[in-house]
Amino acid sequence: MSRLRTSIHASLLLLPAVVLLAAFTHVPAVRTFIGALYTTPRGKRPAVFVGLDNYRQLLDDPVFWQAMANNVWYAALTIPLSVVLALVMALAVDARLPGRAALRMAYFTPTVLPMIAVANIWLFFYTPGYGLLDQVLGLFGLPETNWLGSRDSALYAVIAVAVWKEAGFFMIFYLAALQTIPHDLREAAAIEGASRFTFFRRVTLPLLMPTTLFVLVNAVIGAFRLVDHIVVMTRGGPDNATALLLYYIYEIGFRFWDSAYAATLTTVLLAILAVLAAVQFLFLERRIHYR
Amino acid sequence: MKFFTQVRCAAAALAASLTLAVTPVSAQTTVNMYYPVAVGGPITKIIDKMVADFSAAHPDIKVNPIYSGSYQDTITKVITALKGGNAPEFAVILSTDMFTLIDEDAIVPFEELVSDADKAWLDSFYEGFMLNSRTGGKTWGIPFQRSTIVQYWNKDAFREVGLDPEVPPTTWDEMVAFAERLTKRDASGNVVRWGIQIPSSGFPYWLFQALTTQNDVILANEAGTKVTYDDPRVVEALRFWVDLSRKHKVHPEGIVEWGTTPKDFFEGKVAMMWTTTGNLTNVRTNAPFPFGVAKLPSKVRGGSPTGGGNFYIFKNASPEQRNAALAFIKWATAPEQAAAWSIATGYVAVTPAAWETDAMKKYVAEFPAAAVARDQLDVAVAELSTHDNQRVTKALNDGLQAALTGAKDPAAAMKDAQAEADRVLRPFQ
Repeated sequence: MSRLRTSIHASLLLLPAVVLLAAFTHVPAVRTFIGALYTTPRGKRPAVFVGLDNYRQLLDDPVFWQAMANNVWYAALTIPLSVVLALVMALAVDARLPGRAALRMAYFTPTVLPMIAVANIWLFFYTPGYGLLDQVLGLFGLPETNWLGSRDSALYAVIAVAVWKEAGFFMIFYLAALQTIPHDLREAAAIEGASRFTFFRRVTLPLLMPTTLFVLVNAVIGAFRLVDHIVVMTRGGPDNATALLLYYIYEIGFRFWDSAYAATLTTVLLAILAVLAAVQFLFLERRIHYR
Repeated sequence: MKFFTQVRCAAAALAASLTLAVTPVSAQTTVNMYYPVAVGGPITKIIDKMVADFSAAHPDIKVNPIYSGSYQDTITKVITALKGGNAPEFAVILSTDMFTLIDEDAIVPFEELVSDADKAWLDSFYEGFMLNSRTGGKTWGIPFQRSTIVQYWNKDAFREVGLDPEVPPTTWDEMVAFAERLTKRDASGNVVRWGIQIPSSGFPYWLFQALTTQNDVILANEAGTKVTYDDPRVVEALRFWVDLSRKHKVHPEGIVEWGTTPKDFFEGKVAMMWTTTGNLTNVRTNAPFPFGVAKLPSKVRGGSPTGGGNFYIFKNASPEQRNAALAFIKWATAPEQAAAWSIATGYVAVTPAAWETDAMKKYVAEFPAAAVARDQLDVAVAELSTHDNQRVTKALNDGLQAALTGAKDPAAAMKDAQAEADRVLRPFQ
């Protein structure tokens, strides 16, 4: 009897979370899978079942492949850059420095600012001629550069904004983790005569691994999710040079109103994220030391 | 999904009964209008004042303006609301979204709404604006916030290089010749002032359409089912645009940002720019030097596409609401109002009658530049608009940007754009 009561009790406690998750995550996800198998209903034309036709269209869509390639580059650069930068910044502000609080705040500020506002500010940094970046480079006699208007530099320009935005956020986690490392470990290492580098490599870094996993998961999600600045700065241009997968989904879904194709793209994005999450948790987690 | 619909219906019913309980039944009709304003500012105040003036004259109608961001944001919000069964009663949306709204079965043609006496009102607008407001013999939109592209030039810069400051270029060849003289380089060869700037971010197709019109080619048919992106004259127009930066070196390379182009002009970074007449008041307020405004130069012929927003009335509005929206639209486009709106913003007053009002005559006498866009209407063409417009336009935008950034040759870029547009338009042919 009491077991039944416990399980009813538990179910009731879980209910709010289950309802919210189902309503906003699972049901939409399932509807997306189903929607990807139909055509887009328009006006008086209802949706028609077409099976895998939308996926065939996807394979033939050059913009999709461009967006995928861009996204791979975007992830390959933003993830390591922002994580390493976050670790370096955390180590810097963990040390005893004058003005430490001000420095921590400065590093964290980009995280607090809304991305749309940030993107508008960066838009003017990148303005050819009188933008901040060109003014600084102009002091060294360099010619003006059209950072966002050239296919070669536009993607790197938006990657820089993403790294700048993300690093401060990850720094907070590293900083918190660094402060939980007991001081006696450092003293013990000092007695053993370990160098600061050895201590960092053999003690600090392993102890930071759980945090690193968490940060990496977030960074990977961020690499697919962070597209707000694209909308403001380049709208995916020039000629799709900065189109990322999620931005392309937005464009298909909310500019072209092709909800079926948008659902197909979303399914692909979900599959990619699922695989990445599985790799991270199953593979990396085994190599992490939890205390 | 059904569950949520039921909940929503119940909530709506409850809300309705509460409203009935507290407010006495009145004859006032409320209509919501989505209006594209990106940020609060002068335009918001002007519209608020128009609505207040209208309410004073029509106490039985209440118009709620809902400011909904850029044109792009507005169509997104309207269609999202439409799919949720909650579209506004009327809205100002790009004239080029007409086919999209028709395909979504969202709007009603004005012929179904107006009385016989009002038929003349439908014919009172400039023909140049109606080209984008009619299809299949029906009028789907009423011109309101409309513009064309004009050229602005810096008279001080003209004087500096020995050009007559009162004479803008009137042909492509003159434009290149002027721009070559106006482009200024410093000792190390870096450009400190460009001759000309034609913006190419976001919606390059619109500015490009001025070039194609001048080269005497129309980009889409009236039914919105065919485009001519790979026509040799289109390729030639694109080659001219690309050559401005690559061959003549009088135009910045790569993509030129639309939003910062007026700022470049004020800073003296560029001597001539092409942009909308909607920027007229902005330039008049912010340019620290004397400037001129003129029609665009010509090649085979003169010309510019029109641009900007039309009023649309939505199907889901009740008959009373449709009449209320129509009353507002008629009031807002009447000569006195259209003139006041044009003077306040720089958009082109939409009827010839508006230009005959005393206020408008006085304004043009003081500031002749205001009449340039109107005079250009004689040679204006419809802005590129087709079925599945956003996608067909994107095909062109991508091709233009590929050519301007040097990724593709103009002919190859237009061939690819044509192929993509044909694919998208196949179901409509």
